[in-house]
Amino acid sequence: MTTNILLCGVGGQGTLLASNLLAECAMEAGFDVKKSEIHGMAQRGGSVVSHVRFGERICSPIIRKGECDILLAFEELEALRWTEYLKPGGLVITNAQNILPMSVSAGNAVYPKNITQILAGMSVQTIAVDAIGKARELGNQKCLNVVLLGVLARRIKEVKPEIWPEMIKKMLPPKLQELNLKAFTTGWNLA
Amino acid sequence: MKHSGNRAFLSGNAAIARGAWEAGVRFAAAYPGTPSTEILEFCGTYAEIDAQWAVNEKTAMETVIGACYGGARSICAQKHVGLNVAADPFFTVAYTGVNAALVIVSADDPGMHSSQNEQDNRFYSMMAKIPMFEPSNSQEAKDMTIAAVKLSEEFDTPVMVRTTTRISHSEGIVSLGEREKAPEREFVKDMAKYCVLPHNARRLHGKVEERQKKIAELGCKSPFNRIEEGDKSIGIIASGISYCHAREVFPNASYLKLGLTYPFPAELIKKFAASVEKLIVIEENDPFLETEVRALGISCIGKDRLPICGELNPDIIHESLKELVNLPMPATTPKATVDIPVRPPVLCPGCPHRGVFYTLRKLNCTVTGDIGCYSLGAFAPHNAMHTIVCMGASITNALGIEKAMKEKIHGKLVAVLGESTFMHSGITGLIDTVYNKGRHVTMILDNSITAMTGHQENPASGKTLKGEPTKVLDFAAMCRACGISNVHTVDPFDLKLLESTLKEALNDSEPSVIITRRPCFLLKNYKPRVRLVSINRAKCVKCGMCWKLGCPAIEVSPEDGKTVINSALCVHCGLCAAVCRPGAITQAKEEA
Ligand SMILES: Cc1ncc(C[n+]2csc(CCOP(=O)(O)OP(=O)(O)O)c2C)c(N)n1
Ligand code: SF4
Ligand code: SF4
Repeated sequence: MTTNILLCGVGGQGTLLASNLLAECAMEAGFDVKKSEIHGMAQRGGSVVSHVRFGERICSPIIRKGECDILLAFEELEALRWTEYLKPGGLVITNAQNILPMSVSAGNAVYPKNITQILAGMSVQTIAVDAIGKARELGNQKCLNVVLLGVLARRIKEVKPEIWPEMIKKMLPPKLQELNLKAFTTGWNLA
Repeated sequence: MKHSGNRAFLSGNAAIARGAWEAGVRFAAAYPGTPSTEILEFCGTYAEIDAQWAVNEKTAMETVIGACYGGARSICAQKHVGLNVAADPFFTVAYTGVNAALVIVSADDPGMHSSQNEQDNRFYSMMAKIPMFEPSNSQEAKDMTIAAVKLSEEFDTPVMVRTTTRISHSEGIVSLGEREKAPEREFVKDMAKYCVLPHNARRLHGKVEERQKKIAELGCKSPFNRIEEGDKSIGIIASGISYCHAREVFPNASYLKLGLTYPFPAELIKKFAASVEKLIVIEENDPFLETEVRALGISCIGKDRLPICGELNPDIIHESLKELVNLPMPATTPKATVDIPVRPPVLCPGCPHRGVFYTLRKLNCTVTGDIGCYSLGAFAPHNAMHTIVCMGASITNALGIEKAMKEKIHGKLVAVLGESTFMHSGITGLIDTVYNKGRHVTMILDNSITAMTGHQENPASGKTLKGEPTKVLDFAAMCRACGISNVHTVDPFDLKLLESTLKEALNDSEPSVIITRRPCFLLKNYKPRVRLVSINRAKCVKCGMCWKLGCPAIEVSPEDGKTVINSALCVHCGLCAAVCRPGAITQAKEEA
């Protein structure tokens, strides 16, 4: 069995750290893991996506359309962009945040309304969380990524719960650990 | 680097650097370029590797050639188009051979995620007669880098390791080893080997051809070229990432998995082809392997069915070869029916380049452009870059345009390039412009870092790759030395001065240079003084002046059509306040 998780968002939201932590935890749990993402132009506020795959043996680092188990969207419009990758009945977790692309802020395109409802109308399961609100409550919106990781982690039965905080401690510098451990627990209990 | 015991989760690029370290590499040089950049950055994290940023790929290549002559196992890494720049020494080092090992990494970019073309650099190995490894994952990236070092010294040849974006930037589990102690070597004068004068080169070419045959034979026995037996009705030849994708679609087929791809292991290919019923060559971009297979008189399925353009993935392979696949196409969730606006990258809030494009557009200039963050100036709302060919081409393109159009373009033509690009290959063009009596304006956007590729130090930064302080290049003196009499240096946030300087320069009958100096806003230690910017929306008349800046923090309210400043994104650079004529947007006089 292979588990496929796609993380998507906007450059600068911290999807990379979340996908790194996820991959390291899956590795710690004993799986073969591959992860793929495109750097480069994406840095400057463009769409970003990371593919994370784990299981007994992983060949291609890329998730096929229709084979993604969980889509973790850091931004609502980005959730819509990647639904094709979800398997029918798959899960989409969205952060209730809208970041306007330049075409929208300049008034040349429209940001779709009611994205959570559009998603709910597809043959997928949806979880919408105000992770950005929670991150701000924790005093630093940068920990949005780890709040979302917490929401995701609870749905990944293949990785034992204690592995997550262990790896957060192992991979983050000491001064960021407390905040991120809190962020993780907040996410875990959020939905 | 993250290590857990003797295994680590590494990108292909990190794995190449690790392999270089384990193989006893002592010297590394490169000019950055996506997707190869991190190889040098990771090399730099090892105390035992002397790693440095070069000014361009040619100087990097020549330096590593010198280092390997001098007895240090060496590596250089470049993106595919970087090898074009370094091609001259690349071809000839194939003749001289090495002393200590030399590994040359080419990171190609199928799909052009961040490149201007999709050239398939496997042909470089063939054309230069330099053996080539093609890893399929991070573990192989490490293993093949080590094998490349061995092969290089065994056959006295440089060796190429060719990756693609999906290898360089994908991560996987890698088992780690210890660092090997390289034998001590040093440069020994040997004119017959190192001086490619015609009579030497003729002899050396003969040696290269002999070497080719031997390595082709070795390739038939190499553990990196292996037959993986499966169902004999379909046999697949693949290398690199294509092998991984193919495995997803044809899990039970027989494979000839190639890793030491060139010189072609012809006998092994023949043997494999004879053992299967239907032969498919699955490769990205050009038919490199397929052409060889066909040249051996073997028929196969290949580019008649698979696309040449773009990256491959399992879906494309499945779709292209549908009737041969035993698995169904996975069912997908339908896409939403609403329009999903695209989200291309944009200049950051606070970017020093923004004011330059605002001004160029205001003065309706014709702009020959170049490659860097500032290439985003070609997009709306700036629309202020009208050619982009390759690094350094802005200045010489401008010279050519003015030679063709003469007075029709005089006073309107501006070449725009970053300081890293200017040093890379703009300087020669500037000398050309002066010498051949061009008169366009050249703007050097000096943000003191190579930003586009993720912020690498360069001679404008005053720091080396290893973080040591070093001399800073004086661009104004440099331009004057090239023969430019009028060199202006301005702060690109001073829009008034920028505009008047540009007007003056455009009217100049000699070529002139404007250096805009302000650090990239994302620089780690850059802490500009902040004077808060705010908007009084009652005064906003929807004139749209601020929208022309293309700042992500400036939004148009869907309710009343007036400007809103997104406080989460605004960095208070003050540009919008400077262009807002009704005075709706203002900047505080005092620092916050
Ligand atoms: C031959 C070649 N080498 C490398 C690259 C990758 N590359 C694109 S832009 C760039 C540097 C840009 O730096 P600079 O000119 O200072 O502009 P900035 O991004 O800092 O604005 C590099 C290295 C390339 N496109 N072509
Ligand atoms: S990284 Fe620096 S130079 Fe590039 S767009 Fe952002 S602020 Fe501008
Ligand atoms: S001050 Fe204006 S131009 Fe500068 S970042 Fe803020 S909104 Fe953008």
